[in-house]
Amino acid sequence: MSAGSQATAASVPRGERRWVGFRTIVIREFSRIIRIWGQTLVPPAITATLYFIIFGSLIGRRIGDMGGVTYMQYIAPGLIMMSVITNSYGNVVSSFFGAKFGRHLEELLVAPLPNWLIVLGYITGGVVRGLLVGLLVTAIALFFTQLHVEHIAAVLAAVLLTSVIFSLLGFVNAVFAKNFDQISFVPTFILTPMTYLGGVFYSITMLPDWAQHVSKANPILYMVNAFRYGFLGLSDVNLAASFALMTVAAAALFGLCVWLMEKGTGTRE
Amino acid sequence: MKALSLRQLSKTYRNGVQALKGIDLDVEQGDFFALLGPNGAGKTTAIGIIASLVNKTAGQVQVFGHDIDTDLETAKACLGLVPQEINFNQFEKVSTILVNQAGFYGIPRAVAKERMEMWLRKLQLWEKRDAISRSLSGGMKRRLMIARALIHEPKLLILDEPTAGVDIEVRRSMWEFLRELNESGTTIILTTHYLEEAENLCRHIAIIDEGRIIEHDRMATVLRKLHSEVFVLNLRQPLAGAPELPGYALKLADDGSIEVEVTKAQNLNDIFAALSARGIEVVSMRNKANRLEELFLRLVEGRDAATGEAKPAVPA
Repeated sequence: MSAGSQATAASVPRGERRWVGFRTIVIREFSRIIRIWGQTLVPPAITATLYFIIFGSLIGRRIGDMGGVTYMQYIAPGLIMMSVITNSYGNVVSSFFGAKFGRHLEELLVAPLPNWLIVLGYITGGVVRGLLVGLLVTAIALFFTQLHVEHIAAVLAAVLLTSVIFSLLGFVNAVFAKNFDQISFVPTFILTPMTYLGGVFYSITMLPDWAQHVSKANPILYMVNAFRYGFLGLSDVNLAASFALMTVAAAALFGLCVWLMEKGTGTRE
Repeated sequence: MKALSLRQLSKTYRNGVQALKGIDLDVEQGDFFALLGPNGAGKTTAIGIIASLVNKTAGQVQVFGHDIDTDLETAKACLGLVPQEINFNQFEKVSTILVNQAGFYGIPRAVAKERMEMWLRKLQLWEKRDAISRSLSGGMKRRLMIARALIHEPKLLILDEPTAGVDIEVRRSMWEFLRELNESGTTIILTTHYLEEAENLCRHIAIIDEGRIIEHDRMATVLRKLHSEVFVLNLRQPLAGAPELPGYALKLADDGSIEVEVTKAQNLNDIFAALSARGIEVVSMRNKANRLEELFLRLVEGRDAATGEAKPAVPA
Protein backbone atom coordinates (compact mmCIF):
# COMPACT_ATOMS: atom_id res chain seq x y z
CA MET A 1 0.00 0.00 0.00
CA SER A 2 1.20 3.51 -0.68
CA ALA A 3 -0.55 6.85 -0.31
CA GLY A 4 -1.27 9.42 -3.00
CA SER A 5 -1.48 13.08 -3.93
CA GLN A 6 -3.89 15.71 -2.61
CA ALA A 7 -6.80 17.46 -4.39
CA THR A 8 -9.90 17.99 -2.31
CA ALA A 9 -13.64 17.86 -2.97
CA ALA A 10 -13.83 21.22 -1.15
CA SER A 11 -12.49 22.86 -4.31
CA VAL A 12 -15.47 21.69 -6.44
CA PRO A 13 -17.96 24.59 -6.86
CA ARG A 14 -21.08 24.05 -4.74
CA GLY A 15 -23.53 24.04 -7.66
CA GLU A 16 -21.51 21.48 -9.57
CA ARG A 17 -21.09 19.34 -6.44
CA ARG A 18 -24.84 19.35 -5.86
CA TRP A 19 -25.68 18.53 -9.47
CA VAL A 20 -23.19 15.63 -9.64
CA GLY A 21 -24.38 14.42 -6.21
CA PHE A 22 -28.04 14.49 -7.26
CA ARG A 23 -27.27 12.69 -10.51
CA THR A 24 -25.33 10.03 -8.60
CA ILE A 25 -28.25 9.35 -6.25
CA VAL A 26 -30.62 9.02 -9.22
CA ILE A 27 -28.20 6.76 -11.14
CA ARG A 28 -27.79 4.59 -8.04
CA GLU A 29 -31.57 4.34 -7.60
CA PHE A 30 -32.10 3.56 -11.29
CA SER A 31 -29.36 0.89 -11.19
CA ARG A 32 -31.07 -0.67 -8.20
CA ILE A 33 -34.40 -0.81 -10.05
CA ILE A 34 -32.76 -2.49 -13.03
CA ARG A 35 -30.52 -4.77 -10.93
CA ILE A 36 -33.48 -6.26 -9.06
CA TRP A 37 -35.88 -6.15 -12.03
CA GLY A 38 -37.40 -9.44 -10.88
CA GLN A 39 -38.73 -7.62 -7.81
CA THR A 40 -39.35 -4.17 -9.27
CA LEU A 41 -40.69 -4.61 -12.81
CA VAL A 42 -41.97 -8.15 -13.26
CA PRO A 43 -44.49 -8.43 -10.37
CA PRO A 44 -46.48 -5.30 -11.34
CA ALA A 45 -46.58 -6.51 -14.95
CA ILE A 46 -47.95 -9.90 -13.88
CA THR A 47 -50.46 -8.33 -11.48
CA ALA A 48 -51.71 -5.89 -14.14
CA THR A 49 -52.05 -8.71 -16.70
CA LEU A 50 -54.15 -10.72 -14.24
CA TYR A 51 -56.36 -7.71 -13.52
CA PHE A 52 -56.93 -7.12 -17.23
CA ILE A 53 -57.73 -10.79 -17.85
CA ILE A 54 -60.01 -11.31 -14.85
CA PHE A 55 -61.67 -7.93 -14.31
CA GLY A 56 -61.40 -6.62 -17.85
CA SER A 57 -62.01 -9.59 -20.14
CA LEU A 58 -63.93 -12.13 -18.02
CA ILE A 59 -66.01 -10.06 -15.58
CA GLY A 60 -65.93 -6.82 -17.60
CA ARG A 61 -67.77 -8.40 -20.54
CA ARG A 62 -70.79 -8.99 -18.28
CA ILE A 63 -70.66 -5.47 -16.80
CA GLY A 64 -70.96 -3.72 -20.16
CA ASP A 65 -70.26 -0.02 -20.82
CA MET A 66 -69.46 2.62 -18.20
CA GLY A 67 -69.85 6.28 -19.10
CA GLY A 68 -69.91 5.41 -22.79
CA VAL A 69 -66.72 3.32 -22.83
CA THR A 70 -66.08 -0.40 -22.30
CA TYR A 71 -65.36 -1.55 -18.75
CA MET A 72 -61.83 -2.50 -19.83
CA GLN A 73 -61.21 1.04 -21.10
CA TYR A 74 -62.71 2.43 -17.91
CA ILE A 75 -60.47 0.50 -15.53
CA ALA A 76 -57.26 0.78 -17.59
CA PRO A 77 -56.31 4.29 -16.33
CA GLY A 78 -57.16 3.22 -12.77
CA LEU A 79 -54.96 0.14 -13.01
CA ILE A 80 -52.08 2.17 -14.47
CA MET A 81 -52.43 4.66 -11.64
CA MET A 82 -52.62 1.88 -9.04
CA SER A 83 -49.31 0.45 -10.23
CA VAL A 84 -47.73 3.93 -10.24
CA ILE A 85 -48.88 4.52 -6.64
CA THR A 86 -47.71 1.15 -5.36
CA ASN A 87 -44.34 1.23 -7.09
CA SER A 88 -43.44 4.84 -6.33
CA TYR A 89 -44.18 4.24 -2.67
CA GLY A 90 -42.52 0.82 -2.59
CA ASN A 91 -39.34 2.00 -4.27
CA VAL A 92 -38.61 4.81 -1.84
CA VAL A 93 -39.70 3.00 1.31
CA SER A 94 -37.61 -0.09 0.56
CA SER A 95 -34.58 1.74 -0.80
CA PHE A 96 -34.36 4.35 1.96
CA PHE A 97 -35.16 1.93 4.78
CA GLY A 98 -32.69 -0.59 3.29
CA ALA A 99 -30.02 2.13 3.34
CA LYS A 100 -30.86 2.92 6.95
CA PHE A 101 -30.91 -0.72 7.98
CA GLY A 102 -27.65 -1.53 6.14
CA ARG A 103 -26.14 1.73 7.43
CA HIS A 104 -25.03 2.80 3.95
CA LEU A 105 -27.30 5.83 4.32
CA GLU A 106 -24.30 7.16 6.25
CA GLU A 107 -22.49 7.46 2.90
CA LEU A 108 -24.96 10.21 2.04
CA LEU A 109 -25.20 11.73 5.50
CA VAL A 110 -21.46 12.43 5.66
CA ALA A 111 -21.38 13.78 2.08
CA PRO A 112 -21.51 17.55 1.42
CA LEU A 113 -25.07 17.47 0.09
CA PRO A 114 -28.03 19.41 1.53
CA ASN A 115 -30.91 17.36 2.94
CA TRP A 116 -33.40 18.66 0.36
CA LEU A 117 -31.19 17.25 -2.37
CA ILE A 118 -31.04 13.82 -0.72
CA VAL A 119 -34.86 13.82 -0.48
CA LEU A 120 -35.13 14.98 -4.10
CA GLY A 121 -32.77 12.21 -5.24
CA TYR A 122 -34.77 9.45 -3.55
CA ILE A 123 -38.08 10.93 -4.77
CA THR A 124 -36.76 11.05 -8.33
CA GLY A 125 -35.85 7.37 -7.97
CA GLY A 126 -39.42 6.63 -6.86
CA VAL A 127 -40.87 8.62 -9.75
CA VAL A 128 -38.60 6.86 -12.24
CA ARG A 129 -39.81 3.45 -11.06
CA GLY A 130 -43.44 4.62 -10.88
CA LEU A 131 -43.32 5.90 -14.45
CA LEU A 132 -41.42 2.86 -15.76
CA VAL A 133 -44.02 0.53 -14.29
CA GLY A 134 -46.81 2.85 -15.47
CA LEU A 135 -45.48 2.62 -19.03
CA LEU A 136 -45.20 -1.15 -18.72
CA VAL A 137 -48.80 -1.49 -17.52
CA THR A 138 -49.96 0.89 -20.28
CA ALA A 139 -48.24 -1.34 -22.84
CA ILE A 140 -49.99 -4.40 -21.34
CA ALA A 141 -53.33 -2.53 -21.39
CA LEU A 142 -52.89 -1.96 -25.12
CA PHE A 143 -52.91 -5.74 -25.65
CA PHE A 144 -56.42 -5.84 -24.20
CA THR A 145 -58.04 -2.59 -25.29
CA GLN A 146 -57.58 0.67 -27.17
CA LEU A 147 -56.64 3.76 -25.22
CA HIS A 148 -57.15 7.27 -26.54
CA VAL A 149 -55.63 10.23 -24.79
CA GLU A 150 -58.09 13.12 -24.55
CA HIS A 151 -55.95 15.54 -22.55
CA ILE A 152 -52.25 14.72 -22.54
CA ALA A 153 -51.38 17.52 -20.09
CA ALA A 154 -53.86 16.11 -17.55
CA VAL A 155 -52.40 12.60 -17.97
CA LEU A 156 -48.83 13.78 -17.45
CA ALA A 157 -49.59 16.16 -14.58
CA ALA A 158 -51.74 13.61 -12.75
CA VAL A 159 -49.26 10.74 -13.06
CA LEU A 160 -46.28 12.91 -12.13
CA LEU A 161 -47.91 14.51 -9.10
CA THR A 162 -49.30 11.19 -7.87
CA SER A 163 -45.92 9.52 -8.23
CA VAL A 164 -44.21 12.37 -6.36
CA ILE A 165 -46.78 12.28 -3.54
CA PHE A 166 -46.48 8.54 -2.99
CA SER A 167 -42.70 8.61 -3.24
CA LEU A 168 -42.71 11.24 -0.50
CA LEU A 169 -45.12 9.18 1.61
CA GLY A 170 -42.79 6.20 1.17
CA PHE A 171 -39.93 8.39 2.38
CA VAL A 172 -41.86 9.40 5.51
CA ASN A 173 -42.66 5.73 6.21
CA ALA A 174 -39.00 4.76 5.80
CA VAL A 175 -37.81 7.56 8.10
CA PHE A 176 -40.02 6.36 10.96
CA ALA A 177 -39.72 2.61 10.31
CA LYS A 178 -37.61 0.66 12.78
CA ASN A 179 -38.00 -2.78 11.20
CA PHE A 180 -39.19 -4.44 8.00
CA ASP A 181 -42.69 -5.06 9.42
CA GLN A 182 -43.19 -1.32 9.65
CA ILE A 183 -42.45 -0.77 5.98
CA SER A 184 -45.02 -3.36 4.88
CA PHE A 185 -47.72 -2.23 7.34
CA VAL A 186 -48.75 0.95 5.50
CA PRO A 187 -48.90 -0.58 1.98
CA THR A 188 -50.89 -3.59 3.21
CA PHE A 189 -53.31 -2.03 5.65
CA ILE A 190 -53.69 1.53 4.38
CA LEU A 191 -52.50 1.98 0.81
CA THR A 192 -54.11 -1.09 -0.80
CA PRO A 193 -57.60 -0.56 0.73
CA MET A 194 -57.50 3.16 -0.14
CA THR A 195 -56.48 2.39 -3.72
CA TYR A 196 -59.17 -0.26 -4.18
CA LEU A 197 -61.77 2.13 -2.74
CA GLY A 198 -60.41 5.07 -4.75
CA GLY A 199 -62.47 4.51 -7.89
CA VAL A 200 -60.05 2.26 -9.77
CA PHE A 201 -62.70 -0.35 -10.61
CA TYR A 202 -65.91 1.68 -10.42
CA SER A 203 -67.47 5.12 -10.63
CA ILE A 204 -68.54 6.47 -7.26
CA THR A 205 -71.86 7.47 -8.86
CA MET A 206 -72.73 3.75 -8.56
CA LEU A 207 -72.50 4.02 -4.75
CA PRO A 208 -75.19 5.15 -2.29
CA ASP A 209 -75.00 8.80 -1.19
CA TRP A 210 -73.26 8.15 2.13
CA ALA A 211 -70.63 5.99 0.45
CA GLN A 212 -70.03 8.72 -2.15
CA HIS A 213 -69.39 11.20 0.66
CA VAL A 214 -66.99 8.80 2.38
CA SER A 215 -65.20 8.14 -0.92
CA LYS A 216 -64.64 11.86 -1.42
CA ALA A 217 -62.46 11.86 1.70
CA ASN A 218 -60.10 9.44 -0.05
CA PRO A 219 -57.34 11.45 -1.80
CA ILE A 220 -56.61 8.60 -4.21
CA LEU A 221 -60.06 9.10 -5.74
CA TYR A 222 -58.96 12.55 -6.97
CA MET A 223 -55.73 11.24 -8.44
CA VAL A 224 -57.35 8.33 -10.26
CA ASN A 225 -60.13 10.55 -11.63
CA ALA A 226 -57.75 13.27 -12.79
CA PHE A 227 -55.76 10.62 -14.65
CA ARG A 228 -58.87 8.96 -16.08
CA TYR A 229 -60.09 12.37 -17.27
CA GLY A 230 -56.87 12.73 -19.25
CA PHE A 231 -57.58 9.47 -21.09
CA LEU A 232 -61.38 9.33 -21.33
CA GLY A 233 -62.61 12.84 -20.53
CA LEU A 234 -64.61 11.30 -17.62
CA SER A 235 -64.34 12.29 -13.95
CA ASP A 236 -66.38 11.84 -10.76
CA VAL A 237 -64.75 14.83 -9.08
CA ASN A 238 -63.87 18.46 -9.66
CA LEU A 239 -60.61 18.52 -11.64
CA ALA A 240 -59.38 21.90 -10.41
CA ALA A 241 -59.81 20.64 -6.84
CA SER A 242 -57.94 17.43 -7.74
CA PHE A 243 -54.89 19.19 -9.15
CA ALA A 244 -54.87 21.79 -6.36
CA LEU A 245 -55.02 19.01 -3.77
CA MET A 246 -52.18 17.11 -5.41
CA THR A 247 -49.96 20.18 -5.75
CA VAL A 248 -50.47 21.25 -2.14
CA ALA A 249 -49.95 17.67 -0.88
CA ALA A 250 -46.71 17.29 -2.87
CA ALA A 251 -45.31 20.61 -1.60
CA ALA A 252 -46.34 19.95 2.02
CA LEU A 253 -44.92 16.42 2.02
CA PHE A 254 -41.64 17.57 0.49
CA GLY A 255 -41.35 20.19 3.25
CA LEU A 256 -42.11 17.52 5.86
CA CYS A 257 -39.46 15.14 4.49
CA VAL A 258 -36.77 17.84 4.43
CA TRP A 259 -37.70 18.91 7.97
CA LEU A 260 -37.45 15.30 9.19
CA MET A 261 -34.00 15.01 7.62
CA GLU A 262 -32.85 18.33 9.11
CA LYS A 263 -34.05 17.18 12.51
CA GLY A 264 -32.39 13.82 12.06
CA THR A 265 -35.54 11.84 12.90
CA GLY A 266 -34.78 8.17 12.35
CA THR A 267 -31.49 8.95 10.64
CA ARG A 268 -29.18 10.78 13.06
CA GLU A 269 -28.89 10.11 16.77
CA MET B 1 -4.06 26.25 10.73
CA LYS B 2 -6.30 24.01 12.78
CA ALA B 3 -7.65 21.00 10.94
CA LEU B 4 -10.18 20.44 13.68
CA SER B 5 -11.34 22.57 16.55
CA LEU B 6 -13.92 21.48 19.14
CA ARG B 7 -15.19 23.93 21.75
CA GLN B 8 -17.34 22.91 24.69
CA LEU B 9 -18.78 20.05 22.66
CA SER B 10 -21.57 18.28 24.54
CA LYS B 11 -23.90 15.46 23.78
CA THR B 12 -26.72 14.15 25.93
CA TYR B 13 -28.68 11.27 24.41
CA ARG B 14 -32.44 11.01 24.75
CA ASN B 15 -32.02 8.31 27.39
CA GLY B 16 -30.19 10.88 29.54
CA VAL B 17 -26.67 9.51 28.98
CA GLN B 18 -24.14 12.36 28.85
CA ALA B 19 -21.66 11.06 26.29
CA LEU B 20 -19.67 14.32 26.01
CA LYS B 21 -19.37 16.89 28.78
CA GLY B 22 -18.05 20.02 27.07
CA ILE B 23 -14.82 18.87 25.44
CA ASP B 24 -12.24 21.21 23.88
CA LEU B 25 -9.85 19.75 21.32
CA ASP B 26 -7.51 21.15 18.67
CA VAL B 27 -5.80 19.19 15.91
CA GLU B 28 -3.25 21.04 13.80
CA GLN B 29 -3.10 20.68 10.02
CA GLY B 30 -0.74 17.87 9.01
CA ASP B 31 -0.83 16.17 12.39
CA PHE B 32 -1.23 12.45 13.04
CA PHE B 33 -3.45 12.50 16.11
CA ALA B 34 -4.55 9.69 18.43
CA LEU B 35 -7.90 9.91 20.19
CA LEU B 36 -8.00 7.22 22.84
CA GLY B 37 -10.33 6.23 25.62
CA PRO B 38 -12.04 3.21 27.16
CA ASN B 39 -15.19 1.77 25.61
CA GLY B 40 -18.08 4.17 26.08
CA ALA B 41 -15.77 7.14 26.79
CA GLY B 42 -17.33 9.28 24.03
CA LYS B 43 -14.86 8.87 21.13
CA THR B 44 -17.36 7.54 18.61
CA THR B 45 -19.93 10.15 19.66
CA ALA B 46 -17.39 12.92 19.08
CA ILE B 47 -16.47 11.50 15.68
CA GLY B 48 -20.18 11.08 14.85
CA ILE B 49 -20.82 14.76 15.60
CA ILE B 50 -17.83 15.91 13.53
CA ALA B 51 -19.04 13.79 10.59
CA SER B 52 -22.72 14.85 10.99
CA LEU B 53 -23.95 11.39 11.92
CA VAL B 54 -24.91 12.51 15.43
CA ASN B 55 -26.61 15.79 16.41
CA LYS B 56 -24.69 17.72 19.06
CA THR B 57 -26.42 19.07 22.13
CA ALA B 58 -24.15 22.12 22.46
CA GLY B 59 -20.76 23.45 21.46
CA GLN B 60 -18.87 24.31 18.31
CA VAL B 61 -17.14 22.18 15.65
CA GLN B 62 -14.87 23.65 12.99
CA VAL B 63 -13.17 21.66 10.24
CA PHE B 64 -10.38 23.69 8.59
CA GLY B 65 -12.11 26.81 9.91
CA HIS B 66 -15.54 25.86 8.50
CA ASP B 67 -18.18 25.78 11.22
CA ILE B 68 -20.61 22.87 10.89
CA ASP B 69 -23.45 25.15 11.99
CA THR B 70 -22.89 27.79 9.32
CA ASP B 71 -20.84 26.14 6.56
CA LEU B 72 -21.64 22.45 6.86
CA GLU B 73 -21.19 21.50 3.20
CA THR B 74 -17.64 22.87 3.00
CA ALA B 75 -16.75 21.34 6.37
CA LYS B 76 -18.00 17.95 5.13
CA ALA B 77 -16.10 18.28 1.85
CA CYS B 78 -12.85 18.57 3.82
CA LEU B 79 -13.54 15.42 5.80
CA GLY B 80 -13.18 11.69 5.14
CA LEU B 81 -14.50 9.14 7.62
CA VAL B 82 -13.65 5.47 8.13
CA PRO B 83 -16.25 4.36 10.67
CA GLN B 84 -15.96 1.55 13.17
CA GLU B 85 -18.82 -0.52 11.69
CA ILE B 86 -19.01 -1.73 8.09
CA ASN B 87 -21.42 0.69 6.43
CA PHE B 88 -21.28 0.19 2.68
CA ASN B 89 -23.98 -1.47 0.60
CA GLN B 90 -23.12 -5.15 0.86
CA PHE B 91 -24.95 -5.90 -2.40
CA GLU B 92 -22.99 -3.47 -4.55
CA LYS B 93 -19.77 -4.04 -6.41
CA VAL B 94 -16.55 -2.67 -4.90
CA SER B 95 -15.99 -0.31 -7.85
CA THR B 96 -19.60 0.96 -7.74
CA ILE B 97 -19.31 1.84 -4.05
CA LEU B 98 -16.27 4.03 -4.72
CA VAL B 99 -17.57 5.70 -7.88
CA ASN B 100 -20.90 6.52 -6.20
CA GLN B 101 -19.19 7.91 -3.11
CA ALA B 102 -17.06 10.16 -5.31
CA GLY B 103 -20.26 11.34 -6.98
CA PHE B 104 -21.78 12.28 -3.61
CA TYR B 105 -18.79 14.62 -3.22
CA GLY B 106 -19.34 16.18 -6.65
CA ILE B 107 -16.55 14.36 -8.47
CA PRO B 108 -17.55 13.66 -12.10
CA ARG B 109 -17.88 10.01 -13.08
CA ALA B 110 -14.88 9.92 -15.42
CA VAL B 111 -12.57 11.35 -12.74
CA ALA B 112 -14.18 9.10 -10.12
CA LYS B 113 -13.35 6.00 -12.19
CA GLU B 114 -9.69 7.03 -12.45
CA ARG B 115 -9.49 7.65 -8.72
CA MET B 116 -11.30 4.41 -7.99
CA GLU B 117 -8.63 2.50 -9.88
CA MET B 118 -5.82 4.43 -8.19
CA TRP B 119 -7.07 3.85 -4.64
CA LEU B 120 -8.03 0.23 -5.23
CA ARG B 121 -4.55 -0.45 -6.57
CA LYS B 122 -2.90 1.37 -3.65
CA LEU B 123 -4.98 -0.60 -1.17
CA GLN B 124 -4.46 -3.89 -3.02
CA LEU B 125 -8.12 -4.32 -3.91
CA TRP B 126 -7.97 -3.82 -7.67
CA GLU B 127 -8.41 -7.52 -8.34
CA LYS B 128 -11.65 -7.37 -6.35
CA ARG B 129 -13.14 -4.39 -8.21
CA ASP B 130 -15.99 -6.44 -9.70
CA ALA B 131 -16.64 -8.48 -6.56
CA ILE B 132 -19.82 -7.95 -4.56
CA SER B 133 -18.62 -6.21 -1.41
CA ARG B 134 -20.29 -8.77 0.88
CA SER B 135 -17.88 -11.42 -0.40
CA LEU B 136 -14.74 -9.56 0.78
CA SER B 137 -12.75 -10.69 3.82
CA GLY B 138 -12.76 -8.58 7.00
CA GLY B 139 -9.42 -6.95 6.16
CA MET B 140 -10.54 -6.18 2.61
CA LYS B 141 -13.75 -4.58 3.88
CA ARG B 142 -11.69 -2.32 6.15
CA ARG B 143 -9.43 -1.36 3.24
CA LEU B 144 -12.48 -0.70 1.06
CA MET B 145 -13.77 1.72 3.70
CA ILE B 146 -10.40 3.49 3.70
CA ALA B 147 -10.47 3.73 -0.12
CA ARG B 148 -14.03 5.08 0.05
CA ALA B 149 -13.04 7.72 2.62
CA LEU B 150 -10.14 8.83 0.40
CA ILE B 151 -11.94 8.88 -2.95
CA HIS B 152 -12.65 12.63 -2.65
CA GLU B 153 -9.12 13.19 -1.26
CA PRO B 154 -10.08 14.84 2.02
CA LYS B 155 -7.80 17.17 3.95
CA LEU B 156 -8.78 15.51 7.24
CA LEU B 157 -9.17 11.75 7.56
CA ILE B 158 -10.78 10.28 10.67
CA LEU B 159 -10.35 6.56 11.26
CA ASP B 160 -12.38 4.94 14.01
CA GLU B 161 -10.57 1.69 14.86
CA PRO B 162 -9.55 0.94 11.26
CA THR B 163 -7.42 -2.11 12.09
CA ALA B 164 -9.92 -3.87 14.36
CA GLY B 165 -10.06 -7.55 13.49
CA VAL B 166 -7.40 -7.52 10.75
CA ASP B 167 -4.33 -9.74 10.82
CA ILE B 168 -0.92 -8.39 11.78
CA GLU B 169 0.42 -8.33 8.20
CA VAL B 170 -2.48 -6.23 6.91
CA ARG B 171 -2.29 -4.03 10.01
CA ARG B 172 1.41 -3.28 9.44
CA SER B 173 0.78 -2.54 5.78
CA MET B 174 -2.09 -0.19 6.76
CA TRP B 175 0.27 1.61 9.16
CA GLU B 176 2.72 2.15 6.36
CA PHE B 177 -0.04 3.39 4.08
CA LEU B 178 -1.38 5.82 6.70
CA ARG B 179 2.11 7.09 7.49
CA GLU B 180 2.69 7.86 3.80
CA LEU B 181 -0.72 9.49 3.50
CA ASN B 182 0.09 11.72 6.47
CA GLU B 183 3.50 12.58 5.01
CA SER B 184 1.78 13.60 1.77
CA GLY B 185 -0.21 16.22 3.73
CA THR B 186 -3.40 14.59 4.98
CA THR B 187 -4.22 15.29 8.62
CA ILE B 188 -5.19 12.05 10.33
CA ILE B 189 -7.15 11.40 13.51
CA LEU B 190 -7.05 7.80 14.70
CA THR B 191 -8.84 5.87 17.39
CA THR B 192 -7.60 2.37 18.00
CA HIS B 193 -7.67 -0.60 20.35
CA TYR B 194 -3.99 -1.17 19.63
CA LEU B 195 -2.06 1.37 21.68
CA GLU B 196 1.15 0.23 20.04
CA GLU B 197 -0.42 1.53 16.81
CA ALA B 198 -1.07 4.96 18.34
CA GLU B 199 2.43 5.15 19.84
CA ASN B 200 4.06 4.21 16.55
CA LEU B 201 2.05 6.48 14.28
CA CYS B 202 0.79 9.51 16.19
CA ARG B 203 2.54 12.74 17.17
CA HIS B 204 -0.21 14.10 19.41
CA ILE B 205 -2.68 12.36 21.64
CA ALA B 206 -5.88 13.05 23.54
CA ILE B 207 -7.34 10.63 26.05
CA ILE B 208 -11.05 10.91 26.59
CA ASP B 209 -12.75 9.33 29.56
CA GLU B 210 -16.35 9.61 30.74
CA GLY B 211 -17.02 12.36 28.22
CA ARG B 212 -14.06 14.53 29.28
CA ILE B 213 -10.56 15.03 27.88
CA ILE B 214 -8.12 13.90 30.59
CA GLU B 215 -4.90 14.21 28.52
CA HIS B 216 -4.14 16.31 25.46
CA ASP B 217 -0.50 16.77 24.52
CA ARG B 218 2.42 15.63 22.38
CA MET B 219 2.84 11.85 22.43
CA ALA B 220 6.41 12.16 23.74
CA THR B 221 5.31 14.52 26.55
CA VAL B 222 2.50 12.23 27.58
CA LEU B 223 4.78 9.19 27.60
CA ARG B 224 7.27 11.04 29.83
CA LYS B 225 4.54 11.09 32.46
CA LEU B 226 5.02 7.37 32.80
CA HIS B 227 7.17 7.21 35.92
CA SER B 228 7.95 3.50 35.81
CA GLU B 229 7.89 0.57 33.43
CA VAL B 230 7.53 -3.14 34.06
CA PHE B 231 10.01 -5.44 32.29
CA VAL B 232 9.85 -9.20 31.90
CA LEU B 233 13.30 -10.85 32.17
CA ASN B 234 13.64 -14.33 30.68
CA LEU B 235 16.15 -16.45 32.63
CA ARG B 236 18.59 -19.18 31.57
CA GLN B 237 17.73 -21.37 34.59
CA PRO B 238 14.29 -21.65 36.20
CA LEU B 239 13.91 -20.25 39.75
CA ALA B 240 11.83 -21.52 42.65
CA GLY B 241 11.10 -18.00 43.94
CA ALA B 242 11.69 -14.35 43.05
CA PRO B 243 15.13 -13.11 44.18
CA GLU B 244 15.21 -10.20 46.62
CA LEU B 245 16.99 -7.06 45.39
CA PRO B 246 16.97 -4.05 47.76
CA GLY B 247 14.99 -1.14 46.24
CA TYR B 248 13.37 -3.23 43.50
CA ALA B 249 10.04 -5.00 43.35
CA LEU B 250 10.56 -8.36 41.68
CA LYS B 251 8.05 -11.13 41.23
CA LEU B 252 8.10 -14.50 39.55
CA ALA B 253 6.07 -14.44 36.34
CA ASP B 254 6.60 -18.16 35.81
CA ASP B 255 9.49 -20.45 36.74
CA GLY B 256 11.56 -19.19 33.75
CA SER B 257 10.96 -15.43 34.00
CA ILE B 258 10.64 -12.61 36.48
CA GLU B 259 8.92 -9.22 36.35
CA VAL B 260 10.62 -6.11 37.64
CA GLU B 261 9.30 -2.55 37.94
CA VAL B 262 11.91 0.11 37.10
CA THR B 263 11.31 3.76 37.98
CA LYS B 264 12.91 6.75 36.21
CA ALA B 265 15.39 7.08 39.10
CA GLN B 266 16.57 3.48 38.69
CA ASN B 267 18.37 1.72 35.86
CA LEU B 268 18.54 -1.71 34.30
CA ASN B 269 22.34 -1.99 34.64
CA ASP B 270 22.07 -2.19 38.45
CA ILE B 271 19.46 -4.93 38.18
CA PHE B 272 21.52 -6.97 35.73
CA ALA B 273 24.61 -6.58 37.98
CA ALA B 274 22.70 -7.65 41.10
CA LEU B 275 21.17 -10.64 39.32
CA SER B 276 24.55 -11.59 37.87
CA ALA B 277 26.11 -11.46 41.35
CA ARG B 278 23.48 -13.99 42.47
CA GLY B 279 24.35 -16.28 39.55
CA ILE B 280 21.09 -15.52 37.69
CA GLU B 281 21.60 -15.20 33.94
CA VAL B 282 19.17 -13.11 31.87
CA VAL B 283 18.85 -14.28 28.25
CA SER B 284 16.28 -11.79 26.96
CA MET B 285 13.99 -8.99 28.06
CA ARG B 286 10.77 -7.22 26.96
CA ASN B 287 8.34 -4.58 28.17
CA LYS B 288 5.43 -6.24 29.95
CA ALA B 289 3.04 -3.82 28.21
CA ASN B 290 3.31 -1.17 25.56
CA ARG B 291 4.31 2.12 27.23
CA LEU B 292 1.19 3.96 26.13
CA GLU B 293 -0.95 1.07 27.30
CA GLU B 294 0.75 1.22 30.67
CA LEU B 295 0.10 4.96 30.97
CA PHE B 296 -3.43 4.62 29.67
CA LEU B 297 -4.30 1.97 32.23
CA ARG B 298 -2.77 4.00 35.04
CA LEU B 299 -4.73 7.10 34.05
CA VAL B 300 -8.00 5.22 33.80
CA GLU B 301 -7.28 3.15 36.92
CA GLY B 302 -6.51 6.40 38.73
CA ARG B 303 -9.97 7.63 37.83
CA ASP B 304 -11.48 4.32 38.94
CA ALA B 305 -9.65 4.46 42.27
CA ALA B 306 -10.96 7.98 42.81
CA THR B 307 -14.56 7.18 41.89
CA GLY B 308 -14.67 3.57 43.03
CA GLU B 309 -15.93 2.48 39.60
CA ALA B 310 -15.01 -0.76 37.87
CA LYS B 311 -12.16 -0.38 35.38
CA PRO B 312 -12.85 -1.10 31.72
CA ALA B 313 -11.98 -4.55 30.45
CA VAL B 314 -10.44 -3.36 27.19
CA PRO B 315 -8.71 -0.04 26.58
CA ALA B 316 -9.19 1.99 23.37
